[in-house]
Amino acid sequence: MVYRPETAKPLNELADILLRGPSTLSPGERELIATYVSSRNECFFCQTVHGAVAAHHLDGNEQLVLDVKRDVEGAGVSDKLKTLLAIAGKVQRGGKHVLPEDIERARKQGATDLEIHDTVLIAAAFCMYNRYVDGLATWAPNDPEAYRQQGARLAQEGYGASTAAQRIPNGAH
Amino acid sequence: MAHIELTEGLPGIRALFAFRPETAKPLCELAEILLHTPGTLSMADRELIATYVSSRNDCYYCQTSHGALAAYHLNGDEALVQDVKHDPETAAVSDKLRALLAIAGKVQHSGLDVRAEDVERARGLGASEREVHDTVLIAAAFCMYNRYVDGLATWAPSDPAAYRERAAQVGANGYLGIPAAVAAKARS
Repeated sequence: MVYRPETAKPLNELADILLRGPSTLSPGERELIATYVSSRNECFFCQTVHGAVAAHHLDGNEQLVLDVKRDVEGAGVSDKLKTLLAIAGKVQRGGKHVLPEDIERARKQGATDLEIHDTVLIAAAFCMYNRYVDGLATWAPNDPEAYRQQGARLAQEGYGASTAAQRIPNGAH
Repeated sequence: MAHIELTEGLPGIRALFAFRPETAKPLCELAEILLHTPGTLSMADRELIATYVSSRNDCYYCQTSHGALAAYHLNGDEALVQDVKHDPETAAVSDKLRALLAIAGKVQHSGLDVRAEDVERARGLGASEREVHDTVLIAAAFCMYNRYVDGLATWAPSDPAAYRERAAQVGANGYLGIPAAVAAKARS
């Protein structure tokens, strides 16, 4: 991001619209979708940062974030979010895995076209962010407290503010 | 049929741009910077990377539209585009581009697959740090565009002439005009 500010701008703008823009899905729900996809892509940095942002929006409930990553069906989230997370999980494998019955199930739980659209695009976008971060072997801190602080800052200030941020491409390709 | 209600007659990602103009803007800006802004990699090379990744993701709309764009920048050489999709190691491209396509292929599967030796191979063949960065981001971005297009089951035309026609427009004018063009079409 710091290395190439031209591309950082649309990348941050996309994250801001999808995760923080006006939506009938709460910021906590949208960050959980981002975290779940990043976890399935095994991207340590993204799942930890977005997990921290999700927990911040969920009054610090880090356990719920872990539950969603481990087993969506058993996690304490709404039935609607469970069906959207199922769609996100299919997008993570490949767009063609999403079947009409997956969409039908989400709709039955009250999901709108816009919520389904945004779920697919959040999942697709994190298949990009995750590959970008790991494909260039960027450095990620280990200390959970660093992520809590960054999660709180991103939750409050948004992604536009992170262009000049904290990540140091130490040891990167 | 698409999974959500989209404007009829708009193909692939264009129907999604009309459905959600807010996200269309940064998505087109990203494509413009990565694929159409002057750089040390030619536009043809960058469109070939996008086409190759889209082909490996089995996204018909993206591999056909970006394949047509690559051919547009290659004076119509559609055979070379097919060769790259088939096997970059034997296609008639530069050794540097071959090494970058290998990195893109790894990113398509997972960012974690890219090894230091893949990057060293590309660097040894003259690839700059910026070119490696942009290759990884183009490949990553098409893992997004492809999933967006197929995850919502958008319509893809089958007539190659339609792709050639749009490629000539985008190849000449770039990506930034697309959101306004699809919005006008959705209104009409």
